[in-house]
Amino acid sequence: MNIASTLRVTHRLQLDDVRLCLQGRELLRLSAELTAGEILCVMGPSGSGKSSLLALLAGFLAPAFEASGRVLLDGRDVLPLPAEQRRIGLLFQDPLLFPHLSVGGNLRFALPAACSDKQTRIETALASIGLAGFAERDPATLSGGQKSRVALQRLLLSEPHAVLLDEPFSRLDTALRREVRALVFQTLQAAGLPSVLVTHDPEDAEAAGGRVVQL
Amino acid sequence: MGCVEVLLRAAPWLVTVLLLAPVALGVGLTLLPAFGYLPVLGGDSVSLDPWRQLLAMPGLGRSVSLSLLAGVLTPLLALAIVLMFLAGSSGTALERWLRRLVAPLLAVPHAAAAFGLAFLIAPAGLLSRLVSPGLTGSERPPDLLIVNDPWGLSMMLALVLKEVPFLLLMALAALPQCEPGPRVLLARSLGYRPAVAWVLTVLPALYPLLRLPVYAVIAYASATVDVAMILGPTLPATLSVSVLQWFSDPDLNLRFQAAAGAVLQLGVTALAMLLWRLLEALAAVAGRHWLAAGQRSRGEAVLRHAGRLGVVFLLALALGSLLALLLNSVAGFWRFPDALPGNWTLQTWSRALPEVLAPLGNTLLLAGAATLIAVSLCLAVLEAEGRQGRRLAPALWLLYLPLLVPQIAFLFGLIVATEFLRWTPDARLVLFVHLLFVLPYVFLSLSEAWRHLDPRWTQLATTLGASPWRRFWRIRLPLLLGPCLSAAAVGLAVSVGQYLATQLPGAGRVPTLTTEAVALAAGGNRGIIAVWALLQAAVPMLGFAMALLVPRLLWRHRLGMRSTP
Repeated sequence: MNIASTLRVTHRLQLDDVRLCLQGRELLRLSAELTAGEILCVMGPSGSGKSSLLALLAGFLAPAFEASGRVLLDGRDVLPLPAEQRRIGLLFQDPLLFPHLSVGGNLRFALPAACSDKQTRIETALASIGLAGFAERDPATLSGGQKSRVALQRLLLSEPHAVLLDEPFSRLDTALRREVRALVFQTLQAAGLPSVLVTHDPEDAEAAGGRVVQL
Repeated sequence: MGCVEVLLRAAPWLVTVLLLAPVALGVGLTLLPAFGYLPVLGGDSVSLDPWRQLLAMPGLGRSVSLSLLAGVLTPLLALAIVLMFLAGSSGTALERWLRRLVAPLLAVPHAAAAFGLAFLIAPAGLLSRLVSPGLTGSERPPDLLIVNDPWGLSMMLALVLKEVPFLLLMALAALPQCEPGPRVLLARSLGYRPAVAWVLTVLPALYPLLRLPVYAVIAYASATVDVAMILGPTLPATLSVSVLQWFSDPDLNLRFQAAAGAVLQLGVTALAMLLWRLLEALAAVAGRHWLAAGQRSRGEAVLRHAGRLGVVFLLALALGSLLALLLNSVAGFWRFPDALPGNWTLQTWSRALPEVLAPLGNTLLLAGAATLIAVSLCLAVLEAEGRQGRRLAPALWLLYLPLLVPQIAFLFGLIVATEFLRWTPDARLVLFVHLLFVLPYVFLSLSEAWRHLDPRWTQLATTLGASPWRRFWRIRLPLLLGPCLSAAAVGLAVSVGQYLATQLPGAGRVPTLTTEAVALAAGGNRGIIAVWALLQAAVPMLGFAMALLVPRLLWRHRLGMRSTP
């Protein structure tokens, strides 16, 4: 991945005694340290607080929850920051390409405003996933696998320092799941991004090859 | 940016005050002159004289009964038709077809619908021409007082014609929350016939969601002015029309009596609502008996056919009215029993058009400005809600407040207020009053779609580093462009249709399509009236067409935008 390889800075994500409570009941308590390219896999039945953990890290935690502890990204506590300033990217279950923007428009939306060579970076990103010349296309006309790849490139172009994965492969069929999973893990590792993967699929955990936390 | 943020935070408060203050102030300031206090006109002591004057008016009792009757009977009929139709026809082709027709039917202003109906059912109207002389054997129009009949039947028919699409739209919007599919299926598995199953399992969940719209209909029907001026009885007229006549009388002493009449109107509307409350209680008891009896199929046939019949009848009436307007606008010489005009002409149009331009401009300007302000305010409230993650909008009953109080009862007081302040009535005041009625409708039609947008779109944009404003302008607003334009079309239609809310605050000096059309009613030139009524109906229709077409055109290369995300 040529985009990924240009990002030479290595990032570190530390969860320092993170506690999540709902109405006084402790949902989870977690400490972890992730170096560049490492994937922490969080598993557990529904209702165990997996999604709430992601919401806390991303900055969307509902006010009903109480959280304590620190989340350090490259040494800085991100919990007090608004979500858009945390530099933590997110991959959902669905690719969620903005339906009103073209494929290129989706990528452009992710690029930092200060970036000067937007067009080149969009074209390079598309070429790297075998979709050269797709910039003007309607995202609704892409295949499932193509959408997932565009969503991944969009994430990278936003230059995150860490990534959250919310069961990103659960909606794909078996064959596609393996392919997309391999691509996502490779890309994140090559980009040196510490990642937190929430899943209930043991295969995901195995493929991630990192630490597994059972909630 | 800081300034805009402050405005965003203030928007919910602003909307609440905007809805509450004018109504409260208006009602309060109607009460003062009703009890003789209005220093501007020399009334500086509290007295019951206005009420004595009012009660001495001949035919007052009949006026009151007419308003009360229209206020209870027409909502009852309209609601019955809507509910029976939904019970018996959910999921049928007719229902799907009607879903698409509801918005344009609703868009037609009350006055235009009333004129159309008049041209259809009048003694020399289209209907009578179609059956004469073949069926009636008559070469002359029947000598019947059909339009302006003493019991207000034609007026009530016009009200039902307009209330049915409104209630149907409200019911269709609320239905998904009641999960009609699974409920009916479950009841059917227990042996209940489909329409009976719907009434017993879906209706109890649906009605509470329809209650405020129904009360708004009661308020409108019991106090309508424009429909009553066109189709209603004349000697005596309905209470609201009488009040307007006294208010506009050159004899300023009648103002006190008019104020008392406006307060009486408030009481009549309240009484109609109280009676409705009683009917609700009775219906609940009857419903419990029905449920306890466990009858599986009794009433099925009635439900199935009556609703459909009612809807088809009203639809035919609406189309017939439109046809009658079109024919009258291009008719040259048109002898009585002939179904079609003897010759066709565009003269009426070409003669009317120069006079139309100024009122048309006023109409568009008022509707455009009121809608723009209303949509902006609503977006600000909804955006503030989204950012703070909690409900900030005023309570539902507050949103409905300007629709639940008879217009004449609080507009009267507002005019008194401007006279206290020595403001001359002008277009700005008209715009402000229009906003009171446009705002609730825009908010009601926009909030549902806005609050139901998948939150992941916003979250995704956030994790991609987009600021709150970028998320609003680049993601939420374009994704919700369709609902925004539909809400704007609703706002436009509401503003275009306002008669009293233009006439009173503008003191008759801000002519719009609606005020001019209603003013023509007395003149009786059918061709000219038809042209004005058609134009009046065309503006909101055009608004709805634009709301439908613009997103299609804009997103013609975006398959994913065909269904709202």
